[in-house]
Amino acid sequence: MIKLKISLIIFLLICFNGFPVFAAGQKMMSIQVKKGELRSTPSFLGRVVARVSYGDRVYVREEKGPWVRVGLPGNSNEGWIHTSVLTSKKIILNPGAANVQTSASSDELALAGKGFSKQVENEFKGKNPNINYAWIDRMEKFVVSEKQTQQFLKEGELSPEGGF
Amino acid sequence: MTIGSKHRFFGSSVKLAVLGLGIMLALPVFISGCQTMEAMTDIGTTIGQSVGIITESQAESISKSSKAVARSFEDFTPEQEYYIGRTVGAVIINKYKPYDDERVNAYINLLGQTLAKASDMPETFNGYHFLILDSDEINALAAPGGLIFITRGMLRCCRDEDAVAAVLAHEIGHVQFKHGLQAIKKSRITSALVILGAEGAKTFGGEDLANLTATFEDSISDITSSLVNNGYSRKFERQADIAAVTILKRVGYDPNGLVDMLKVMEKKLKPGGPDFAKTHPSPESRIADIQKDIGKYAKVHEPKVRQKRFLAALGNN
Repeated sequence: MIKLKISLIIFLLICFNGFPVFAAGQKMMSIQVKKGELRSTPSFLGRVVARVSYGDRVYVREEKGPWVRVGLPGNSNEGWIHTSVLTSKKIILNPGAANVQTSASSDELALAGKGFSKQVENEFKGKNPNINYAWIDRMEKFVVSEKQTQQFLKEGELSPEGGF
Repeated sequence: MTIGSKHRFFGSSVKLAVLGLGIMLALPVFISGCQTMEAMTDIGTTIGQSVGIITESQAESISKSSKAVARSFEDFTPEQEYYIGRTVGAVIINKYKPYDDERVNAYINLLGQTLAKASDMPETFNGYHFLILDSDEINALAAPGGLIFITRGMLRCCRDEDAVAAVLAHEIGHVQFKHGLQAIKKSRITSALVILGAEGAKTFGGEDLANLTATFEDSISDITSSLVNNGYSRKFERQADIAAVTILKRVGYDPNGLVDMLKVMEKKLKPGGPDFAKTHPSPESRIADIQKDIGKYAKVHEPKVRQKRFLAALGNN
């Protein structure tokens, strides 16, 4: 019995030292896109139950194909989100020099706004005034709602199969 | 892990000890894997030091900070991919004139964004957006992150909605597989790492920003020259066609729409032309490959309502 207890202590020490998320049985992931939606079913046609944004942390509850059921810390909201929205890395939204320096174990970190970023785009624009972004900004405003998608499918006599 | 399985997990101390030991044994393997991946950063650091770009103390911080930025195209965050894509898109628009018709662009977005949801990468940093280019060239281009362009010349190769869907689904395939990012030369990524590593040791200065922007500019040019001049490899085009067939089937379109479009394109393409004639495998060879996946050609049955809305949007194109 003592041996078993020792084994348990060793195991817990390993877990809590290096793998706190794993040990808690609550795997956490981050939202790696600007905006995302949690849905009532594992489908883009599911009702939106909550919204999430870049850098938000979510608890992983269940996986079903490319869909993951997640919970939000601090409230009871749960819903399905596509795996392409999630990363196992923690995202630092406003990293300073200190973040960059202390991110020794940064296989688990991603720094928002670093690398090829808004700042670099602005610098590029300054150097290349002939390249116009107005249409790119306009393109990004072409957004199709779920309701429009559903209507488009229905009117076109289209029946999506699994994976949608 | 569910709560239920957690209970079972804590059921046997012996299993726990074995698992704990397993983790201890696995750790060194994991770490050595990371070291291999960091080899490229080390090379970058050495180069930077040898030409005096960075000091020794700055170099020390590189191996730490670089892990959080990118080691290869796969490590670009969706946010960085988005900024690369915006500028690639702006360069494309600089070359082609946009087709300024709200109604027709709305139709293309309705179709394209619906298709994108059925791809294996339905969500990107800021979503998929589509734009028609006012050009007679037969062309369609995808920038990283999901900005997709289709010329009027290409739309004229499409006789129904299933065919337009096929073109857009092929471009979504390029985004899904990050083919654009893969066109960026590895040396650019190494340069970016050196600059970003140096950033850890001091405030992000004007010189660093200028260097990073120069690397950004080179990366954009790597991508646009692949898109516009050299084309992707045959393997990438095949991957995009396979993705297109999958997407079309998932939404309920007939993948024979892709074959229909390619048949029309084959007649219209001019040898030596600046468009798909230059950047893509011949329609004939693509059709032969696609038929390996979908079987013998069968005529597309287009419901009347679908054909009606296609003609209403693109009939006068």
